[in-house]
Amino acid sequence: MIEQEFDAIVVGAGMSGNAAAYTMASQGLTVLQLERGEYPGSKNVQGAIMYADMLEQIIPDFRDDAPLERHLVEQRFWVMDDTSHTGMQYRSDDFNEAKPNRYTIIRAQFDKWFSRKVRQAGATVLCETTVTELVRSASGKVIGVRTDRAGGPIYADVVVLAEGVNGLLGTRAGLRKMPKPESVALAVKEMHFLPDEVIEQRFGLQGDEGCVIEAAGTISRSMAGLAFLYTNKESISLGIGCLVSDFAQTMESPYVLLDNFKNHPSIRPLIAGSEVKEYSAHLIPEGGYKAIPQLFGDGWVAVGDAAQLNNAIHREGSNLAMTSGRIAGEAIIEIKGRNQPMIRRNLALYKTMLDKSFVVKDLMKYKDMPALIHTNSRNFFMTYPQLMSQAAQNFMRVDGTPKIEKEKATTAAFIRARSRWGLISDVIRLALAWR
Amino acid sequence: MTMAVTKLRVEEKLYQNRYLVDPGRPHIKVRPHERPSANLLALTHICPAKCYELNDKGQVETTSDGCMECGTCRVLCEASGEIVWNYPRGGFGVLFKFG
Repeated sequence: MIEQEFDAIVVGAGMSGNAAAYTMASQGLTVLQLERGEYPGSKNVQGAIMYADMLEQIIPDFRDDAPLERHLVEQRFWVMDDTSHTGMQYRSDDFNEAKPNRYTIIRAQFDKWFSRKVRQAGATVLCETTVTELVRSASGKVIGVRTDRAGGPIYADVVVLAEGVNGLLGTRAGLRKMPKPESVALAVKEMHFLPDEVIEQRFGLQGDEGCVIEAAGTISRSMAGLAFLYTNKESISLGIGCLVSDFAQTMESPYVLLDNFKNHPSIRPLIAGSEVKEYSAHLIPEGGYKAIPQLFGDGWVAVGDAAQLNNAIHREGSNLAMTSGRIAGEAIIEIKGRNQPMIRRNLALYKTMLDKSFVVKDLMKYKDMPALIHTNSRNFFMTYPQLMSQAAQNFMRVDGTPKIEKEKATTAAFIRARSRWGLISDVIRLALAWR
Repeated sequence: MTMAVTKLRVEEKLYQNRYLVDPGRPHIKVRPHERPSANLLALTHICPAKCYELNDKGQVETTSDGCMECGTCRVLCEASGEIVWNYPRGGFGVLFKFG
């Protein structure tokens, strides 16, 4: 039984929850963080790429002891058909810097480290504790939580809902709606272990350098989806995700897509001989700006994936989670410093601050992309990848056909597949949604 | 035959994972039904842990021991009342070693 009343209760020990708890505890607030997993990270799944800038703003010297896998020096974007990929890649020695910009991480290890920092900052972290219900006052203000542990409710001035994309509390309390099937992707992933020198040889890496492949195309079988391969120190994280609405419609099995991706001739040699040690699944918020729910109310704020803060176009999520958690913590500190109550009017400060940050600005920029991609998934994920692949092969293959005829054949294939008007309208719609 | 091969493949994948099963307290239940809706039927294919299967009466049943708690079924079938979804008790369920 916990008798103490806290300044803040944080539900969840992922990126956003840890950022919020650390921010508040390090400024002297009494913080209780509740996590349903056996240890922080045991319920969390991510690719995973971690963006240094957003963590530096919370823990400036994180590089001293955080479990980081590889810093990224190379990014490959692939458009795949069944037997080939057409790629664009960027590699730069500039990314070999004293304070690298992006790292691969393994969440279970990273989250344990982050949680240690949270405890060192003074927060009380209680694992193996599922929060079952929000406690509300007669006027409806959230005043605490009930858990599945023995004892009564635990009270706090404010509850930070960092409960993830599949958070039950906020939706059951009517604070936000359940994500729609078309605004979440289901991703499955495997961890493939290989000796570090094999990974370095296969990807042309030295030391802690890392490489990322992100691939779209016929591997998602016309669903809106993306596959990925990230190099860790001694393992490769590899997976594929597609919209839940598309899965429901096509009835494709995610593990079949994953196995097809692993067996693609462009991927198979990269993971050959690996030992698989884990299979995981997770939802990813994909709805963008238009899917952001109410972020604050009387006695509560929502952060991270629970608030659908994920930039699907840039595949950024953990940095939006960390930043929203930090900003929520800062807003709460500010309100407490003014001796004001944690009511809706005051907690609006969190949204005001978040609106000014890259989090909301980036999501706003791409607000029309989800609708475009979701309604045209067959074109973007099946027709165009096939056309690109045929065009590339036509360009490369030397078979005595005059070049002028090859070019005409490629142009004709595009027009046949999408019509002149279709091609023009796809380009215009994409440009409008992107700008 | 293909189904059997696929099922085996999923079970092999899940075998790599660490779980602490809460005996006798499944965290997902399917409401009794005559015929499954399109979404409920889809779960027999799209659940990444293959927790949903058709019985010989054409109804959907669930065994949530291999569940990775992703929430796909919740997004598709909770609002209609076809399934009841709760988190496992604290400490139980899937325990990702890497995540």
